[in-house]
Amino acid sequence: MEQTEADLIAAVLRGNAASFEPLVQRYSPRVFATARRYARRESEVEDISQEVWLKAFEKLKSFRGEAPFEHWLMRLTVRTCYDFLRGHQRNRESPFSDLTEPENDWLERFVVQPETASENAAAAKLLVERILERLSPQARLVITLLEIEDRSVKEIAQLTGWSVPLVKVRAFRARAEMRRILAKMATDKYL
Amino acid sequence: MNIAELQTKLLAAARANPPGDRVPYAFEKRVVALLAARTAADPLALWVRGLWRAAVSCVAIALLLGAWAFFNPAASSKTDDLSQNFENTLLASVDQNDQAQ
Repeated sequence: MEQTEADLIAAVLRGNAASFEPLVQRYSPRVFATARRYARRESEVEDISQEVWLKAFEKLKSFRGEAPFEHWLMRLTVRTCYDFLRGHQRNRESPFSDLTEPENDWLERFVVQPETASENAAAAKLLVERILERLSPQARLVITLLEIEDRSVKEIAQLTGWSVPLVKVRAFRARAEMRRILAKMATDKYL
Repeated sequence: MNIAELQTKLLAAARANPPGDRVPYAFEKRVVALLAARTAADPLALWVRGLWRAAVSCVAIALLLGAWAFFNPAASSKTDDLSQNFENTLLASVDQNDQAQ
């Protein structure tokens, strides 16, 4: 018979570490999908996910069971991803001269006829990853949660531990930062 | 180039391409093995952690007492001077002799 989530958590808290395995198995897909939003290399994604589960095990005593375990775990995941971003800030100032041919083609198409540049194109996906990598950790987190995952400001506040007004301020700044980076890309490419 | 439109388009591209949720083979076993190794290997770590906590508490108490002594110099001057007390005690018998004469 399959044990419920509450039974598994209670067993882990009693010292049965093996009961943690079904929890890891059940929720790892969500943890991995979230980690892949912030890290490109698969080794980094694995490191983040592993870190999330080790923290979850250590902090399980603080889970009071008032909200679903998944919500608690996602808060932990988002905060671990944010820590990762803060620790791995790279390539933020390099020029945009190294765009690949498909990325250049997509941009050319966008300049000539914006409606023909499809958002489903692989080049658009690569380009947006490149832009996101140049954002500051705070801006990247807010843009990802608010604009890409379509979460509400209140949800973001709960996930990040920031206040609602702070999320709004950071969202405003993040959009402006992204526009600045896009403007720089346009300048590097066309001037 | 219309930057606002490009931003909208690129964000739409990111929304249209969600990341995969594939988990590496036996990842959960690896995590549990790591946890088991961590908890089994380290009685010393517990001891060290305890020592660190004790050290932090001691430093905090020392700082508090230092701050209290620094900001309350009047409190220490209200009490009797230790050197004066010592001298009185040492010379008590001489004082008694003087008073008797």
